Amino acid sequence: MKNCARLPLLFSLFLLMPTLLLSACGGGESNVDQGNRDGTFHWGNGTEPQSLDPHIATGVPEHNIITALMEGLVAKDSKTLAPKPGVAESWTISEDGRVYTFKLRENARWSNGDPHNAHDYVWSWWRALQPALGNLYAYMYFSIDNAKEYYEGTITDFDQVGVKALDDSTLKVTLSNPTPYFLQLLDHYSLYPVHRGTIEKFGTADERGTRWTYEGNHVGNGAFQLSAWKINRRITVQRNPYYWNADHVGLNQIVFYPTENAVSEERMFRAGQLHRTSSVPSDKIPSYLETQNSSLRISPYLGTYFYRINTSVPHLQSKLVRRALALTVDREAITKNILKGGQIPAYAFTPPGTMGYYPESNLRFDPETARQLLAEAGYLNGKDFPTTEILYNTNESHRKIAVAIQQMWKKHLNIDIKLLNQEWKVYLDSESIGNYEISRAGWIGDYVDPNNFLDMFLCNGGNNRTGWCNAEYDYLIGDIAPTVKTHAERLAVFGRAEKLLMDELPVIPIYTYTSISLVNQAVKNYPSNILNKANYSEIYLQAEPQQMPLTEDQY
Amino acid sequence: MFRFAFYRLLQAIPVLFIVISLTFMLVHSAPGGPFSADKAVPPEVIKALEAQYNLDQPLWQQYVSYVGDVLQGDFGPSFKYPGRDVTELIAAGLPATAELALYAMLVALVIGVSAGVAAAMRPNTAQDYIPMSAAMIGICMPSFLLGPLLVLIFGIHLEWLPVSGWGDIPGDKILPAITLGTGYAAYIARLSRGGMLEVLSQDYIRTARAKGLSEPVVVAKHALRGGLIPVIAFLGPAFAGLLGGSFVVETVFQIPGLGRFYVQAAFNRDYTMILGTTVFFSTLIIIFNLLSDMLAIWLNPKLRQQTRGASL
Repeated sequence: MKNCARLPLLFSLFLLMPTLLLSACGGGESNVDQGNRDGTFHWGNGTEPQSLDPHIATGVPEHNIITALMEGLVAKDSKTLAPKPGVAESWTISEDGRVYTFKLRENARWSNGDPHNAHDYVWSWWRALQPALGNLYAYMYFSIDNAKEYYEGTITDFDQVGVKALDDSTLKVTLSNPTPYFLQLLDHYSLYPVHRGTIEKFGTADERGTRWTYEGNHVGNGAFQLSAWKINRRITVQRNPYYWNADHVGLNQIVFYPTENAVSEERMFRAGQLHRTSSVPSDKIPSYLETQNSSLRISPYLGTYFYRINTSVPHLQSKLVRRALALTVDREAITKNILKGGQIPAYAFTPPGTMGYYPESNLRFDPETARQLLAEAGYLNGKDFPTTEILYNTNESHRKIAVAIQQMWKKHLNIDIKLLNQEWKVYLDSESIGNYEISRAGWIGDYVDPNNFLDMFLCNGGNNRTGWCNAEYDYLIGDIAPTVKTHAERLAVFGRAEKLLMDELPVIPIYTYTSISLVNQAVKNYPSNILNKANYSEIYLQAEPQQMPLTEDQY
Repeated sequence: MFRFAFYRLLQAIPVLFIVISLTFMLVHSAPGGPFSADKAVPPEVIKALEAQYNLDQPLWQQYVSYVGDVLQGDFGPSFKYPGRDVTELIAAGLPATAELALYAMLVALVIGVSAGVAAAMRPNTAQDYIPMSAAMIGICMPSFLLGPLLVLIFGIHLEWLPVSGWGDIPGDKILPAITLGTGYAAYIARLSRGGMLEVLSQDYIRTARAKGLSEPVVVAKHALRGGLIPVIAFLGPAFAGLLGGSFVVETVFQIPGLGRFYVQAAFNRDYTMILGTTVFFSTLIIIFNLLSDMLAIWLNPKLRQQTRGASL
């Protein structure tokens, strides 16, 4: 029996095994340190991208990678988001604001060395408007003359669509109405050009999901080119030597990681595996704020968190009821005590400062007035007010906000609210068929213009989903705003429309989003902006002196 | 033995057929479609997409063509990732998942068997109580707790091991394997303790001891073979469970495995991906169960007799 004592010993040795193994791995250089030396940016990107085809993809992770691989006619200043030359070195706009003539760079090339010219745009935009391709962003083209008609099949000749290559380096685009934000659209990936030869090599132009975007096949025109796509592992892009501005690109390589789990991502950041995270777990934000950790970056984001009200539900048809509900949401309490990520309480639908637009609003936190309004609507002290349901998609933060609002409405209006959470796709279904009473929602702008927020609530707007329809609102947004001459006039029209929207309240704005991420101090020239868009060609890495790895002697 | 295997494989055909049919019905009856999105999808796009993936056909027709394709080994294209086939995605995720399952199994076996055997050597002493209590904790501790805990200790505080990744940085496979293997180690420890206790009280062990053999020889040469039969029987389902159940560990450690695809497919309503991975995992479970049954029969003369009798 004596020898048996050796067994637990073996057992303990096994437990020690990992510790022994570590000695082999400890002390290695972290991704970040190595990246700082060789110009490799390690980028936490959220999820595995669905597609890298700019005419198919939707979503932020896809956007992050596509904008490294491709470029539009016009780019944006990384700080102010003002349009600046991209593939087009200059452009002119006709006096009526409808005709844009772009002069393309002579030295524009595809990443395989092929010349890149105006004809590429005509072909690419034709492709993007093929319904069979399933392009969810086709509507981004609809300001171009006849693009909508072509897409919907009312005209079949693409020559009638307002895009023409006058010669190899001149592209003329005619719009149906003056569209002040048109230049901005050109920097959205849905309007990026694609390389015809590559697409036709792997399938037909309107075939969805061919292999042209795969590692080894992809051809783009951006500052970087695809060098590896390891599914669910990483996507690596390398500096593109054919890029027109290649000499000024500061990074050699970017590695995008599908960091699905925010908690793991934050740990990766702390362990020096990432230069930048796509998010920060909300319970970690306060401790980063408390310690004034300079890696934490919080900046306003072009998006609104709001509640939709189904205006076809009998007791929610009354404007008074909707206003009473909106006046009893304590937005300050929600952003300060629940979200804690610098979010801005929203008293109008369009985020303030969108292209110089600051919406006026008569919304505020005012329980007293709310009670009077509810009484006027026939529900004195909440009496006989039917139990109402808030629908939200399963998510801890949505739940917390819904619980808080449930309590606020109970406390201030004495009405009963039920909470219903549904899994994402079920929730989408319920909302789109109007099977809800009040539902949580979010809207992130694709371009910086109030139109991107306000045209949602046109009577036939696909994203309206509230059943609210107002002829005057449609007239202002659909007919007047596109035709006014000056920027100030346009903003005034939006202001009137928004006032109408906030008067009728088919939606209750709650807060304006912020983008929250962790960024390593070595990352330079990466300013924040409200689209949270990175201009990779300008970023470079430079380790702070104190962050430089110690030399052997210093150990 | 071969006849046994043959019959078992024959039984697997209707099982797989039922799995396909049930899953097909379930995914198609789940609310929310594969192409619904936050932003309104124009009807033209929905129509084009449905036509492309044959979703515009009657359901029975879709079913027939799907089964036809599966019989030819084609799981179809993924709805979520245009341009990727389900087979391709399974092939991309399987190596990491299989490797993780294998290492986790090794961790489970080494820790589990040594702890179980040690406990059985001296039942009702500290040598029994300590590993068995640890095993109980191991069974109770979910991997979504153990994983981050190990990462905090070994990854963040001690900086000994990478906090995530798979095959990128030396040592990044250690923590995931331990996290996934621990729960199974605990279970195996209890099984092997039970098995060993039963065997150690048998007459032939007393004979071996009476012959004057040393205790390690008695345990290693005579007792282990019989004592580990419950463990062997558990290995098949355990390995299948490790393969299919690694989702949490894959997420915590950012491992590019199949588990993440499997779970995400359900959320995305990626019909073909859900079906493909379900059929794939079902096949694996059937195969591993068969293999562990065959191993158990090979090790246990009693069962060998029975099978022979049954197949005659």
